[in-house]
Amino acid sequence: MTKKLWEHAGHELAGLVASGNVSAVEVADSVLSRMEQAEPDVHAYLTPTAERARADARKVDQAKAAGEKLGPLAGVPMTLKDIICTKGVRTTAGSKMLESYVPPYSATVAERMAFAGLPLIGKTNLDEFAMGSSTENSAYGPTCNPWDLGRVPGGSSGGSAAAVAAGQAVVGLGTDTGGSIRQPAGLCGVVGLKPTYGLVSRFGLIAFASSLDQAGPITRDVRDAALVLQAIAGLDPMDSTSLPNPVPDYSARLEDGIDGLKIGVVKQISQEGVSQAVQTRFRGAVSILEKLGAQVGEVSLPTFDYGIDIYYLIAPSEASSNLARYEGVRFGLRIDAPDVLTMNSRTRAAGFGAEVKRRIMLGTYCLSAGYYDAYYLKAQRARTLIRQDFERAYNDFDLLVSPSAPTTAFAMGEKLQDPLTMYLSDICNVPTSLAGAAAMSVPCGVSAEDGMPVGIQFMAPALGEETMLKAAYAFEQELGFDAKPAIWSAS
Amino acid sequence: MSDDLVTTIGLEVHVELKTATKMFCGCPVGFGGEPNTRVCPVCLGHPGTLPTMNEKAIEYTTKIAMALGCEVAPRSIFHRKNYFYPDMPKNYQISQYDLPIGSHGILEVEVDGQRHKVGITRAHLEEDTGKSLHMGGGGRIHDADYSLEDFNRAGTPLVEIVSEPDITSPAVARAYVGELRSILEYLGVSDVRMEEGSMRVDANISVAPPGERGVKVEIKNMNSIRSVLRALQYEEKRQRKVLGAGGSLDQSTRHWDEKSGKTNPLRSKEEAFDYRYFPEPDLVPVEPGVEWLRQLKEELPVLPAERRRTYEDDLGLSAYDAQVLTATPGLGDLFETALNSATQADAKQIANWVTNNLAGLLAADGEATLDTVKPADLAGLVDMVAAGDLSTNQGQDVLAKMLNTGKDPKALVDEAGIKQVSDSSELESIIDSTIADNPEVAERIRAGDQKPFGFLMGQVMKATKGQGNPKVVTEILKKKLS
Amino acid sequence: MGIDKKQVEHVAKLARLDLGEDEKELFGSQLSAILEHAQTVAALDTDGVTPTSHSVPLLNVMRPDVAREPLDQAEALANAPAVESGHFRVPRIMESE
Ligand SMILES: [Mg+2]
Ligand SMILES: [Zn+2]
Repeated sequence: MTKKLWEHAGHELAGLVASGNVSAVEVADSVLSRMEQAEPDVHAYLTPTAERARADARKVDQAKAAGEKLGPLAGVPMTLKDIICTKGVRTTAGSKMLESYVPPYSATVAERMAFAGLPLIGKTNLDEFAMGSSTENSAYGPTCNPWDLGRVPGGSSGGSAAAVAAGQAVVGLGTDTGGSIRQPAGLCGVVGLKPTYGLVSRFGLIAFASSLDQAGPITRDVRDAALVLQAIAGLDPMDSTSLPNPVPDYSARLEDGIDGLKIGVVKQISQEGVSQAVQTRFRGAVSILEKLGAQVGEVSLPTFDYGIDIYYLIAPSEASSNLARYEGVRFGLRIDAPDVLTMNSRTRAAGFGAEVKRRIMLGTYCLSAGYYDAYYLKAQRARTLIRQDFERAYNDFDLLVSPSAPTTAFAMGEKLQDPLTMYLSDICNVPTSLAGAAAMSVPCGVSAEDGMPVGIQFMAPALGEETMLKAAYAFEQELGFDAKPAIWSAS
Repeated sequence: MSDDLVTTIGLEVHVELKTATKMFCGCPVGFGGEPNTRVCPVCLGHPGTLPTMNEKAIEYTTKIAMALGCEVAPRSIFHRKNYFYPDMPKNYQISQYDLPIGSHGILEVEVDGQRHKVGITRAHLEEDTGKSLHMGGGGRIHDADYSLEDFNRAGTPLVEIVSEPDITSPAVARAYVGELRSILEYLGVSDVRMEEGSMRVDANISVAPPGERGVKVEIKNMNSIRSVLRALQYEEKRQRKVLGAGGSLDQSTRHWDEKSGKTNPLRSKEEAFDYRYFPEPDLVPVEPGVEWLRQLKEELPVLPAERRRTYEDDLGLSAYDAQVLTATPGLGDLFETALNSATQADAKQIANWVTNNLAGLLAADGEATLDTVKPADLAGLVDMVAAGDLSTNQGQDVLAKMLNTGKDPKALVDEAGIKQVSDSSELESIIDSTIADNPEVAERIRAGDQKPFGFLMGQVMKATKGQGNPKVVTEILKKKLS
Repeated sequence: MGIDKKQVEHVAKLARLDLGEDEKELFGSQLSAILEHAQTVAALDTDGVTPTSHSVPLLNVMRPDVAREPLDQAEALANAPAVESGHFRVPRIMESE
């Protein structure tokens, strides 16, 4: 076997473990050693959990020894974005505020992944409280893009995307509020899926914007994405917004093909504002879909142009309320002061980074007396228009596609000084978030300009994951994208 | 001149529901106990936690709305009320804003024969805060060196009932709070213990010439129905005095001090409040639907007002007796069951024994509670008195024994050999010898001086060991001394 | 959509953020720029459009009134910056003048 264990996709490793060819502990050790190798360059992890990983793996091996039937991802080393609460394991949200916070409970998704037998390799880096598109807003330093260490991995789930792309984890979970799974997946050349709002429990995801947050898989291929989604999807009584709908078997129809499937190319986010190199790759991807028998047409969703603006009125407003609990009383950082108000204010000033403060200020302003109707309420109405735009589009199409991001990964620091242009790097992803629908990013090649990965975004109506995965799988198989970052083989 | 000033009062009452668990998490609801032992990640506002609605709390609030004659919203939602306070874990309170569960209700109270209708603006559901313990400075928040937070109470379901400013006097305010407390007790949705804070009353009171808008002053910290009356009476007098002296009032919040019997100004935060309400994205809307509402309506008990009406109109009880009997569900239940099993006594007599004797004894003795008395036994006792087998005094002694021993009156009467002697031949001989023993007293009475009659009466009763029927004894004595 | 220093300071106080002068400057101009950009939304015709405050079509999601095991006191206080006799300790609540 020339391929090292850590190089395999999850479903391959699970097969090896289930058939007894290798032990889960061997797999974990392989990935852990790979982590040691790549981590100094990539800095994907905030809290590695090697011992926990081996203990989890040992449980899988014991289950196997006891003759238990192993799940389709049992023994596959995973990483969790460090905004997903893990009982007994420090969870920072990438913030100084929670530097020493150890949750007394675990997120539902963390428990379901553990139940599925995936050993926890560590907690990965992110933009502070998931606010950002480059992972440069982490209080613990940026994560580097494995394809070019001078570039950002995207964000906010940049740590998970980079870890999976660099072989430091086989699968990972990220969270996506306005593109935070899809955009970094696209920029790192991996698969990232943002589920329909309500399909995956939010219980234990440190809240950014409650009406938008969703957790989802970041994986090396579409099949793993389907399997991870299978593990985490479904009703959770701890989340009142979680959907009671039965969860289909996402792997069952993967290979059905897309002959005759109607796919719409979204005009608004496939041209202006999208770099030439990305457009070229994207057009190539679209022709592959045609080649596979899909009926491709262009579709116009006028309200898409308003997505970012609507998003930046709604998300910060909710965030300003969600982040009020960090004030130095029950957990987290405290800067002492003679009275509570001063203690709160100094604690928050010291504990939050610039982007978080900016969004808290923006959101507080949008909700404050005299502005609520003009900003938050107006944005909530506009949000309805976006949903309606999608509904119209899905009358004519089964799926929509667009680039996953307007450009390839940009240089570290390039957009740090200008929030607005940074915000615009989520332009392709925000509309589906506002609509609460499903979307995923799949690699569609590398840019002819800079050799950086480019992703195609598949969008589906609410609970359209099955069709979306089927199309993504067919596309992935046909394209056969197997390029890897240089550091992949540098070992 | 201050006589033509009009008093306007509005009340905001917060009521803790006695559900088994908190509003948005599964922690048990309770009072007292070790600090921070009825808490979980959710009610401590830990990162990533989410609220889940307590169905029972929604039902209770809906019943309260119904009992207060409110329109029950076909659709209500929760909002976030954003403000920082160390006893509030998330630094926002999940409350209701423009779509409360109940609105536009009415509560009618009677004060010295006068009916007053008080409008209910809204009845909404929210979560309670934790408790701050102020250390140093005599435990007063203003002088404290620091504070300690206990979140056992945080997240307890809390219903806020806001009245219209329809209340025209402190007495009406007291009646309103009393009636509201009875209703809530009848519904069985709260302990309504003001001392323990499971029912909390804030008041807005203003005094102004007729037709003019007064300056609203908010009064806090009234921990009993009595202090509601006293605080508002004090504040009313204070405002009238200021205005009477040509002075002016400023909108403020004042704190009622039970000991000094005064309201004192609270140092007002200079920070303007801006709660930034917005719909709680973590909870979905509540739409009860007709079927559910019908079911809840069916579960509503007979409420105090209706009970009072039947007692007065059908049973002919006095307004006072009806009021006392219906104040708490327990007394009324006892009265009704006793009345059913009574053979001789009528409603008035039973009512009398419950409101005067029993209520008095219960008040006197701390141990005994209503359920120590079996309604049938009470009926039996009042029957014996009604039949003349026992004097009222004897009856009271027996009732006292019933409370202590839980035995039935017949048994107690036989044990102690208590009975009332009404047989005149038996009494006459006793009376004759008593007169013989006090010749000069008898003479004075015959001479027309009635003063010593009572003395002689007492001598006879003594001789009968208190068992002589006072009515019969008086008759015979009068006859023999005329 | 200019936001002046007074507004920035008012918002910062509501949000309990002790901002430095430079931050007030920066956020003032950046918020103005972001809201300026957001004026496009103001132009959208949303008359009679119902706002989307929930992304899911759910109603009456409730839980039965059944108690769960709470944390024990030590767990509850484990992450606290300051603790005293089973409580979370905080500085005086009234602002010290
Ligand atoms: Mg309230
Ligand atoms: Zn709790």
